[in-house]
Amino acid sequence: MSSSDIHIKITDRLGKAHTVEAPTDMALNLMEIVRMYELAPEGTIGVCGGMAMCASCQCYIQSTHELPEKSDDEEAMLSEALHVQPNSRLGCQIQILPELEGLEIKLAPEE
Amino acid sequence: MIKTDILIIGAGPTGLFTVFEAGLLKLKCHLIDALPQPGGQCSEIYPKKPIYDIPAYPEILAGELTEKLLEQSKQFEPGFTLGERAETIEKQTDGTFLVTTNKGTQHCAPVVAIAGGLGSFEPRKPLLDNISNFEDKGVAYMIKDPEVYRDKRVVIAGGGDSALDWSIFLSDVAKEVTLIHRRTEFRGALDSVEKVQELKDKGLINLITPAEVTGLFGANHLEAIEVTKADEAPQRIETDAFIPLFGLSPKLGPIANWGLEIEKNAIKVNNALDYQTNIPGIFAIGDVNTYPGKLKLILCGFHEATLMCQAAYKIINPGKRLILKYTTVTGVDGFDGSRKEAPKSVVKSID
Repeated sequence: MSSSDIHIKITDRLGKAHTVEAPTDMALNLMEIVRMYELAPEGTIGVCGGMAMCASCQCYIQSTHELPEKSDDEEAMLSEALHVQPNSRLGCQIQILPELEGLEIKLAPEE
Repeated sequence: MIKTDILIIGAGPTGLFTVFEAGLLKLKCHLIDALPQPGGQCSEIYPKKPIYDIPAYPEILAGELTEKLLEQSKQFEPGFTLGERAETIEKQTDGTFLVTTNKGTQHCAPVVAIAGGLGSFEPRKPLLDNISNFEDKGVAYMIKDPEVYRDKRVVIAGGGDSALDWSIFLSDVAKEVTLIHRRTEFRGALDSVEKVQELKDKGLINLITPAEVTGLFGANHLEAIEVTKADEAPQRIETDAFIPLFGLSPKLGPIANWGLEIEKNAIKVNNALDYQTNIPGIFAIGDVNTYPGKLKLILCGFHEATLMCQAAYKIINPGKRLILKYTTVTGVDGFDGSRKEAPKSVVKSID
């Protein structure tokens, strides 16, 4: 593990929890980490490529980390998505930064 | 029956470039796409977004890329079956394939190239457990013929351009239009948002926000919906039609049942040679295929399309030899009689 990696606990759509190491120095977002570790089948996550234009990377934030505010695009997309909870976010809009060490998330069901 | 040399399923960038490469080899193409316009994701999801990794274009908008690809292949006169989804494929006794769409349009070709990207775009449906009972009985996910709603009561749900534009249009046709959205903010062209505001103020559109449709009622046909506003008791609205417009999401769809080898929601192909699938004569190119080291990039789709056309030529012209020609040297002869060529150099002596 490199010193710039953080740990993220990701519960997949089948309910299985995975703790993964996520590099903070590669300009990655949460959706890309899920794809990197293949925690959701290809084609079911990150469909729009990370433009907040689909909700395939929706996840529920289960830890108390302070996350950046939602952009208008993310807010609008989540307002049209299914299975939305108050703690829903789009993974593609959350950058992997050192302060997210210990983040816990759960993937929302596939639409 | 539509007959062609290469039947392309999917009119995104990879499918459109195939027309050009096939044309150079004197092969004709026809494209089928579930969307009403060519361009695939580039025109449906992000036409106004820039792409930075198309060779020779430091920056190009996805919609602009589509236009340029159409222009580049125009002289090869591609045929289009748009707004229809390729449903079934059948190998016929003469070795050609018969592909039929969901609307029954039949296409016949010796070579099929699946350039289907992530699949065909299907409307996203709200999670209401009895909604399927009312499909075509008051519930519709897209509007094909607005006249159906003349003098009817209509409820539209959604917050994007299509929800706004159809509410505006139907306010002039229907007896009553109700627009329901989960937020008070709408994501659409400013003009449309302002127009809806104006129609709401005039009482021509009944706007309910922030709210959600939470129930559907009716004996055989839809008769009423239940709408719930945050922190309020649900309310019933009598209506003849409910049109949820929540955008489109891609699904691999019927292609998954064509007997092709599928891995990771994509079609496995032979990348050492020509991107052929496990069924000879059927190729898969662009984002829809997978092989070791696959990258889902438009530029990789262009390369795959080019190599696929060489293999298609050999199937269509068995025994014929093919030699690579450069467009700069030989020019481009269109099927429409047009010819593009490099200007001849002038030979003139200098005294």
